[in-house]
Amino acid sequence: MLEIKNLHVKLEDEDKVILKGMNLTVETGKVHAIMGPNGSGKSTMSYVLSGRDGYEVTDGSAKLGDTELLDLEPEERAAAGLFLAFQYPVEIPGVGNMTFLRTALNAQRKARGEEELSAGEFLKLVRAKAKTLKIDADMLKRPVNVGFSGGEKKRNEILQMAMLEPKMCILDETDSGLDVDAMRLVADGVNALRSPDRSFLVITHYQRLLDHIKPDVVHIMADGRILQTGGPELALEVEKNGYAEILAAHGLTEAK
Amino acid sequence: MAASEALSARLAAQPAGPGFDAGRQAAADRLAAMGLPGRRDEYWRWTDPTPFNAETATPAAPGEAEAPLFAEVDSLKVVFVDGVFDAEASDDLAMGGVEISRLAASEPAWATGLYGALEAAGQNPVKRPFAALNTAQASDGLLIRVTAQAEKAINLVYVHKSEVSDPVLHHLIKMEEGAELTILETGPAGARFNKAMEVDVAKGARFHHIRVQGAEQDRRAVTHIFARVAAEALFKSFTLTVNGQLTRNEAYIDMVGDDAVAHIAGAALGDGKDGKFHHDDTVFVTHGALRGESRQVFKKVLKNGALGTFQGKIWVKPGAQKTDGYQISQSLLLDEDSQFLAKPELEIYADDVKCSHGSTTGAIDDTALFYLRSRGVPEEEAKGLLVLSFLADAIDEIEDEALKEEIVARLEDWLARHRS
Repeated sequence: MLEIKNLHVKLEDEDKVILKGMNLTVETGKVHAIMGPNGSGKSTMSYVLSGRDGYEVTDGSAKLGDTELLDLEPEERAAAGLFLAFQYPVEIPGVGNMTFLRTALNAQRKARGEEELSAGEFLKLVRAKAKTLKIDADMLKRPVNVGFSGGEKKRNEILQMAMLEPKMCILDETDSGLDVDAMRLVADGVNALRSPDRSFLVITHYQRLLDHIKPDVVHIMADGRILQTGGPELALEVEKNGYAEILAAHGLTEAK
Repeated sequence: MAASEALSARLAAQPAGPGFDAGRQAAADRLAAMGLPGRRDEYWRWTDPTPFNAETATPAAPGEAEAPLFAEVDSLKVVFVDGVFDAEASDDLAMGGVEISRLAASEPAWATGLYGALEAAGQNPVKRPFAALNTAQASDGLLIRVTAQAEKAINLVYVHKSEVSDPVLHHLIKMEEGAELTILETGPAGARFNKAMEVDVAKGARFHHIRVQGAEQDRRAVTHIFARVAAEALFKSFTLTVNGQLTRNEAYIDMVGDDAVAHIAGAALGDGKDGKFHHDDTVFVTHGALRGESRQVFKKVLKNGALGTFQGKIWVKPGAQKTDGYQISQSLLLDEDSQFLAKPELEIYADDVKCSHGSTTGAIDDTALFYLRSRGVPEEEAKGLLVLSFLADAIDEIEDEALKEEIVARLEDWLARHRS
């Protein structure tokens, strides 16, 4: 599904190199988690994959299926099936959540040569999805993320995911800023979307999210690359012992 | 040429319409005393009055006919072509709750003393010479007295056909106690347009005004709204401006009764690629009574060298306690060639009031743009959504949902045609 090979990335305006030969493969239908200390390059990787400005890829590739993502505009990557759930979803006053969802969904359908949904069809679909995810209809009527609580913003991300039906979902520290109950609701939403055709890459600092979204594979990332890969037990180990041992094994010290 | 000669020549080039002799003479005297404006006048520093001072209009080609606006609204339609009343295209000037007649064809008793009175009151402390000129010279307009809830909206349609038309229209509206009326205005009206609207809103009356100035590129317009808002009365005005070589929209709102509400808002979009775009909002709100609530919300979207200006003032007179005054002027600059100039002012002579003003200039937010694109929305469409987001506060000042939707559709259409 997603195959990242030897990815090297630096900041566009500075000499700072952030990803230093990253390799990662996420198989179709699997959930992979990436953990790592602050500054390891986790969020940068998610931005680079989804096409945010400000980064320069100096080497490597990132393929979604047969599609080279790095050659595409952000909207083309979305239409190809990539979805990034933001750590801090953006508020857009004056634009209704429904308008936003419909514009996005139809833009993707159009890009893929599919027929756009009519207002009626869309409404039916969004109501059904919202119901499944236990999202209040009131949230659909409000402007995008404006006045939403932290938990509502993250659930809105999950609703977008449910509507857009991506093949590959990257969740960038979805648990940040959430209390335990909100985190559980968000995790339930993600779990409801797990399917044999859909892969997930869950970026997190904490093992606790992985209690709710159970990963097939766990990667430890530091210094711009994957240092170690294992099963769910690797996350538990990190939770218990921290990153020091893993870092030391690769000749690295913990960030100050 | 001496200033007085210039003024005489200006007036001679455009003879005054009939009737209202006293009101016209008083306005002519006011104008003679103040003279035509120049760039040195404080409120004309950013907008060159030369095209309005000129004896005749600079020729302007009429634009393509625009799709009729507010066609779905049940309204009484009144059409002026190059400032000349078009009886055939207009509905009968009659409906329940309202007396309507033409300025050029009647002088009802209620209007005689009121004509020019609000304009005269609005000349202090800032001079508005083109408003005095309008009162003195206006060739036509409507005289509207509303005694109850008007049956439907009055829909003023200004058609521009002649390259050299130079209409001067003056509308006088008297809202009696508890009356309600919505006025809609659309169209460019002429090569050069001078319009004044005086609105006297009596106790508890409600007045709504929605205006679309027409997408014509070459037109020039100077417009004035003078409103007097009595106790518990409501005045609301929204203007959409897209394109236009030169537009100066002035408003003077005088809140004379306790618990009055006045909101005035504007959304302007200009693309210098079509030609010059210069848009000027000059707004003056005076609080002279208790617990008045006023809002000024002005937003401009500018690209390719377009220029927008805002001069807005909240003036709280002594004793106007518990005033709640708000003013915001903002621009969204879509490139580095465009410019926004703003002069927000507060002048407060009462000690128990809440007044705020703010002015910002900014570009499209990169993070929001990336967010939309990451969901599959193409860049230009995403920018369009963010422009609508920027304008939302101004558009929200339109109370009627159907009218609001029509304005939004209008905006979307403009945005779709002006993608970079």
